[in-house]
Amino acid sequence: MSSRNRKEQLITKKYRKRSRFGEIFHSIKKNKGAMVGLVILCIIVLTFFASLFISFSAMTATSAANISRPPSREFLFGTDNLGRNLFLRVVYGARYSIAIGFGCTLISLAGGVLIGAISGFYGGLVDNIIMRIADVVSSVPGMLFTMVIMTAFGQSLGNMVFAMGVTSIPLYIRITRASVLTVRGNEFVEASKAIGFSSFRIIYTEVIPNGMAPIIITVTTGIGMTIMAAAGLSFIGFGVPPPSPEWGGLVSSGRALLRTAPWISGFPGLAIMLVVLAFNMLGDGLRDALDPKLKR
Amino acid sequence: MVYYAIKRVLLLIPILIAVSIIVFLLLDLAPGNIIDMMQIENLTQDEYQELLRQYNLDKPVIVRYGLYMFNLLQGDLGKSDYTGLDVWQLYTSRFPNTLLLAVSSLIFGSVVGIPLGIFAAKRAGTLADNAVTFITLVGMSIPGFWLALLLMLQFSLKWQWLPAGGTEGFRSLIMPTICSGFVLMAGTTRQTRSSMLEQLNADYLRTARAKGVPEKAVIRKHALGNAWIPILTTIGGALSFSIGGSAIMEAVFTWRGVGSLAVDAVINRDFTMTMGCTIMTTTMFVLIQLMVDLLYALADPRIKSAYARPKIKRRSAA
Repeated sequence: MSSRNRKEQLITKKYRKRSRFGEIFHSIKKNKGAMVGLVILCIIVLTFFASLFISFSAMTATSAANISRPPSREFLFGTDNLGRNLFLRVVYGARYSIAIGFGCTLISLAGGVLIGAISGFYGGLVDNIIMRIADVVSSVPGMLFTMVIMTAFGQSLGNMVFAMGVTSIPLYIRITRASVLTVRGNEFVEASKAIGFSSFRIIYTEVIPNGMAPIIITVTTGIGMTIMAAAGLSFIGFGVPPPSPEWGGLVSSGRALLRTAPWISGFPGLAIMLVVLAFNMLGDGLRDALDPKLKR
Repeated sequence: MVYYAIKRVLLLIPILIAVSIIVFLLLDLAPGNIIDMMQIENLTQDEYQELLRQYNLDKPVIVRYGLYMFNLLQGDLGKSDYTGLDVWQLYTSRFPNTLLLAVSSLIFGSVVGIPLGIFAAKRAGTLADNAVTFITLVGMSIPGFWLALLLMLQFSLKWQWLPAGGTEGFRSLIMPTICSGFVLMAGTTRQTRSSMLEQLNADYLRTARAKGVPEKAVIRKHALGNAWIPILTTIGGALSFSIGGSAIMEAVFTWRGVGSLAVDAVINRDFTMTMGCTIMTTTMFVLIQLMVDLLYALADPRIKSAYARPKIKRRSAA
């Protein structure tokens, strides 16, 4: 009897009902790549909190005695052409990339999910108008648009987040709309309508939670892509202005000294790559976990 | 299909109107104008006013926008405020360079990416597959401009094999192609791998093998033939993306394309040039997307039928 009880216990343990996020986390745990990505991300977030202890003056302090020193025990990433400690600058710069990545994605996510859900749920004329506007906005070359906004309102972190966030709203509109369209036909939506739920309630308690998977995946890789695009803009001089050590700007600042001091461009670029890689790996893992079509 | 193409081209009109209004207003908000940027010394107040008149800067925004659009409708993009050169001529002289770089990185990306994707899909789950997957992940995460600097350091500064910049000859094309094609290559590999995997498990492949079709033909004709569309989508999206976002690569390699033209125009507060670049790049962007969409229709008859002119609505039975 006892062995049978244990067996039952094991079975109930194995098939214990998990919450939705518990389920997602469980499938991520099995995916090595996703775990590595998650670990790198945790390290980056810790770095971000550690960087709050670095004062702006320590990070911008120049030292005539230590100009363009190669990486050593004293200066982990070496120093730049003004003798500034590159390690401190790269660590300090994490906040810009994190702010841009999360900020832009938050803007485009909030706007895109709201508008996309309305568009997909109501259909008809509303849908048509929204999608034509989205067509127009997504035809604007995003980079040029960001450059113009940065010149018009001044180069700052906030303007960059705004410009890049707005230009990627259509992407989220399309994804949300598509996933709402697939969920909308289900019986449980019809049931909610029959009970008399308001459209708003149906959208936000029934439709979106069930059509969440593609949105989560897009968000994860989207943060990485935004960080990369922002670094690119800073690289050509349209980003967060110096002396703020935004990573793209740091890479750019080392260009002239590429031959004699390659580490000035090297380490910030490596930092960008690691962050984007972490988001891509996590996104891949989430895709495996959430997309039943690709489940192995 | 012609109907569809016409519809898409007509959609270009509201797009251009919206884009031109937005960019015009934003540029008007930008602090500083072309006269400040020219940095003429000893400018008296009268001369300053005269220059303002000359550039129409004394008129309200809406009048200037009207003038601009009036000229645009006659096919006149105006002359650069900064250099005085004709915007249309300058743009069309630079555009082939951008297109060349975009197409060559596209070719690089597909020639390497598609076979690599097939290779990985055939060995799904093995070490080789995991290695390819990891390489493509890294490839998608490497910032192009950083890769460019690394290659430059090695091939131009240390070994002096390739020029570090410029737009002359085949040798100057190699590094920009690799750098902007690298992300594309990674994306194509991933897409090829996943859509091949979908096909490799399909029943018709088993049938094909069972009836004795050689393995090479099974992969190339049967599987790839059906895996083609998503791969094309990735490549097509990348083409319009690299036209719109060419500025960074062009800046690193001092490649004389339209991206760097636009960047210089924005930096110099060159109103006419920026407007011209925006309008032209948007147009190219839309037209290339349209061309790619029409190519799908050629590749897949199912899509072709979806583009067909909608018939007069039949009354539904219900």
